[in-house]
Amino acid sequence: MPADPTPTGATASGATGPAGRTPARVALRDVPWEVGVAKPDPAIVVDGVTRTFGGLTAVSVDHLEIQRGGITGLIGPNGAGKTTLFNLLTGFDQPDGGSWSFDGRPLGKLAPHQVARLGVVRTFQLTKALSRLTVLQNMLLGAQGQKGESFLSALVPGIWRGQEKANTEKAMELLRRFKLDAKKDEFAGTLSGGQRKLLEMARALMSDPKVVMLDEPMAGVNPALTQSLLGHVKDLREEGMTVIFVEHDMDVVRDISDWVVVMAAGKVIAEGPPESISQNQAVVDAYLGAHHDAPLTVEEEDRVLAEAESEIAREEQRDTGRSDDSSEGTLR
Amino acid sequence: MGEFIDALAIAVKAGIGFQAVFLALLALGINMQFGYAGLLNFGQIAFALVGAYGIAVSVSQWGLNFWAGVAIGLAAAVALALLLGLPTLRLRADYLAIATIATAEGLRLLFRSVSATPVTNGSRGISGFNSGFVELAPWDTGRRYDILGVRWSGADLWVAAVGWTLVALGCLLVWALVRSPWGRVVKSIREDEDAVRALGKNVYVYKMQALVLGGVFGALGGMIYAVGTGSATPDQYQNANTFLAYAALILGGAARVLGPVVGAMLLYFIIQFADSGLRSLIETGVIPEGLLTTTDVAQIRFVLIGLGLILLLVFRPQGIFGDRREVMLDAR
Amino acid sequence: MTHPTDRVRRHGRRSRSASAGLPTPGSARRRRGQTALRLLLVALFTAGLAALTPGVAQAEGEQVSGTLRTSASGPIEGVEVVVATPDGDEVGTDETDGSGRFAVPVPGPGQYTVTVPEDALPDGVEFASGNTRTVTVDPGRNQGVIIGLDDGSRESGSGTVRWVQLLVDGLRFGLLIAMAAVGLSLIFGTTGLTNFAHGELVTIGAIAAWFINVEGGVPLIPAALLAMVIGAVVGFANERLLWRPLRRRGTGLVAALVISIGLSLLLRYAYQIFFGGRSEAYADYRGQRAVDYGPFNLTDKDLYSIIIALVVLVLVALMLQRTKIGKAMRAVADNRDLAASSGIDVNRVILVVWMMGGALAALGGVLLGLSDEVQWDMGFRLLLLMFAGVTLGGLGTAYGALVGSLVVGVFVQMSTLVIPNDIKYVGGLLLLIVILMVRPQGILGSRVRVG
Repeated sequence: MPADPTPTGATASGATGPAGRTPARVALRDVPWEVGVAKPDPAIVVDGVTRTFGGLTAVSVDHLEIQRGGITGLIGPNGAGKTTLFNLLTGFDQPDGGSWSFDGRPLGKLAPHQVARLGVVRTFQLTKALSRLTVLQNMLLGAQGQKGESFLSALVPGIWRGQEKANTEKAMELLRRFKLDAKKDEFAGTLSGGQRKLLEMARALMSDPKVVMLDEPMAGVNPALTQSLLGHVKDLREEGMTVIFVEHDMDVVRDISDWVVVMAAGKVIAEGPPESISQNQAVVDAYLGAHHDAPLTVEEEDRVLAEAESEIAREEQRDTGRSDDSSEGTLR
Repeated sequence: MGEFIDALAIAVKAGIGFQAVFLALLALGINMQFGYAGLLNFGQIAFALVGAYGIAVSVSQWGLNFWAGVAIGLAAAVALALLLGLPTLRLRADYLAIATIATAEGLRLLFRSVSATPVTNGSRGISGFNSGFVELAPWDTGRRYDILGVRWSGADLWVAAVGWTLVALGCLLVWALVRSPWGRVVKSIREDEDAVRALGKNVYVYKMQALVLGGVFGALGGMIYAVGTGSATPDQYQNANTFLAYAALILGGAARVLGPVVGAMLLYFIIQFADSGLRSLIETGVIPEGLLTTTDVAQIRFVLIGLGLILLLVFRPQGIFGDRREVMLDAR
Repeated sequence: MTHPTDRVRRHGRRSRSASAGLPTPGSARRRRGQTALRLLLVALFTAGLAALTPGVAQAEGEQVSGTLRTSASGPIEGVEVVVATPDGDEVGTDETDGSGRFAVPVPGPGQYTVTVPEDALPDGVEFASGNTRTVTVDPGRNQGVIIGLDDGSRESGSGTVRWVQLLVDGLRFGLLIAMAAVGLSLIFGTTGLTNFAHGELVTIGAIAAWFINVEGGVPLIPAALLAMVIGAVVGFANERLLWRPLRRRGTGLVAALVISIGLSLLLRYAYQIFFGGRSEAYADYRGQRAVDYGPFNLTDKDLYSIIIALVVLVLVALMLQRTKIGKAMRAVADNRDLAASSGIDVNRVILVVWMMGGALAALGGVLLGLSDEVQWDMGFRLLLLMFAGVTLGGLGTAYGALVGSLVVGVFVQMSTLVIPNDIKYVGGLLLLIVILMVRPQGILGSRVRVG
């Protein structure tokens, strides 16, 4: 719960100090570095979840627990199935089999909006700022339980005015904290990439989430904003939220994670605190491929690159049967 | 010169006559669906068709009261919207487009078919159902009235007056809705429905509400047209009218409350002016017979509408009065 | 890949092109785009004027006309057709000529009833639904009237089995849909465009072949080949003058879709102006009698239509499977960015897809015109069935379009076993909606990608 919404961007990260002293870090100190290991206080438990696209297995996770109140980094090479796992956990994609739960509540059959209402909120790899709404409107959309969102009550402003005012105040506080308050009346589409990432995160916080899942929150963000974004992520932990995030930059992962989960080819291949990961042979192999001793030829590099890109494209288009505007935006 | 003024007067009459009301109501519905919610309903005329036949069949074939006919027509429109929305609103936008366009054509063929003749009277259509409505006029509907140099029959004037009242009420409803939190959710769905799902809103329900509301406006338009012409024949409800309404909407500016109304009036004015202007140019020999004949004029209108749609979307997608800023951000 | 930077860039570009409603100096791309559009308009109008000249010698004043013939009996000559006002006052009569035609001038616009005497038809030919039709004549129009005749070729006549007959008719119809739909599907796959103007490519083929054949006196086969060339040129023009510039501007999919609807309206009614509202047959292969093949009857032209369609579609499949350009097409349709990164010239591939799509649609139009006569809106009426086929097979895949179209064609024809003939298209459209409900990704589409 966001107990204290005071603007604490930089101070909170400073106060946390070295990564070793966060409560989650302490709780996870004695947990062995093994795949599928049980956590002292799991918020999310995943069991035997598989998802195949055509013949290709995108996700096949036997068992995975996410510690409550900690920051869990999810890393892996392109096409490892990280985004697909996110999609499955948040109801945006249906698995071929398996189950997962939040606070002991199975999420398997829930639609995305039902998952969100339970307090599991996500952001997207390709930022989904609502371009033709103002920044403030974007924020207000995040608030839960709005009376004015039902068709009939919408026609009677008296029913929702008060709530709208309270939400606006809350939104403005969050915007100040994310330093977006000056932009509140601008269309979200005019923001820079980094500002959109901030907006998306702030919007997610409007719903008072228990679990925040961030899909590559730093991708495409200019370095000046990265530190501030990192500070905000750490703040989430301070406020007692559970954070899961996908990231490629190992420095970022080392800096803020309490626990790191490594995926490759759909499977979890390693788990452990950040410092355990870089020495793990399975991780090194997964990132560099089996022939990492011999340098890749140009053709091989191209091939690997192309495969990776097609993987990403596949993930992005995972559910075009449902509407998916991000990959279908313009005439190609 | 006299011909020019005549053409102008006829065009003004068309711009405020019941045909313009018909178009304005169709466009009002499309504005709700396409302008605000981003739904591609390319079969709006089908809603007008069921609305018109709701009255025509109830009154002329089943001998019911006029207002019972109105209720049946509206109920039929709601049912049609639900039928169309249930399978397609979970899918990508083009599926609704294809389903609606197919339904519009299919329903017209069905209503004019031999097998439907006992109910719909086939391609001849139904007439003699509007007396219950025309009798309500506070003035003598048998008389003709001179207004601004154009002669109006009392009945036409009555239909237009009621029609514009309906349009005004419709605009008021749309205005109240789009400024409420409900409208915010709907506009957000237009921008990116996955983002809205991730924030705990049931996107499907909102889309369905927008589709139904837009369909009801379409049905009201069909009813006005039916009582205005005093008859309902399937071929009055060609799907070209849907595209005419799209042209009107884009001309006036999509996602603006008054956009469809202004667009419809202007479009009808332009069409009628071009029509009578062209006819008089041909009759007076300014355009030689070898180039065009008066019989071609009806077709030229559609050619011009098509051309106008293309040029508008290419060069001025925000419409005449639209906010250019918003359109620039349109990623769809 | 749509990365945020990319999006920003696109918006930047867009803001420049959208920054003024009127032409401004300083944006070369914009000027080029406008020039292209103007060229297109000029081309359309010149094409229009050229096509207009032979058409204006039509009769002035209103008349009612039509043709009495069936595939089995050929044209029916010497039948007295009576035209009367709705009150029963006779307006005029005409005896059908050698090609079964009649035309009766009427005094003015309004409603008229057209009656063919009950006993005037030759043996084996019956009225499909009554011997009277009521038509509304618009000012200055030559109003066509269709008297539905049944010659038994579609019924269980001499030894034919009705469902076999319908199956064969359906396959023929499905092949025609498929031929037109392959281009539609490939264009969708490669560019994301839902092209509502694709039906007009079908019509242009049929109309071009009609002018070359009937007005120009060229036999139908070379005329059809010329029509295919014209179809390819129109496809080329579509891509180069309209869609490629629009892609460069980053036009949204919905805007593009509405633009294609505008183009469809523009072309369709331009065709009606130039070609007229009547339906016309080609000069060759008229009045063929159906040949008895046991369980079904087929005219020679229908048989050859089937063979031509099959051969062409097999060639298309081979091309997609074997040739370099065909593989490139599938690659672009499958994943445009991947294809581009592996060195495929995507714009060239799209151009070829448009030209091929145009040529195939034109051929489909000619074959359709051969069996059902040429009309200004024939392509548009086919469009919905093409969509049904393409959706059924899985949007964007070429083979899906083939299979889906065949299923739609057969379904539409065979549905007349249970529903009346005049609402058989409704059945096809209903099928489309049911498919959307049950299997939105289509028969061949996988769950991963629909687009």
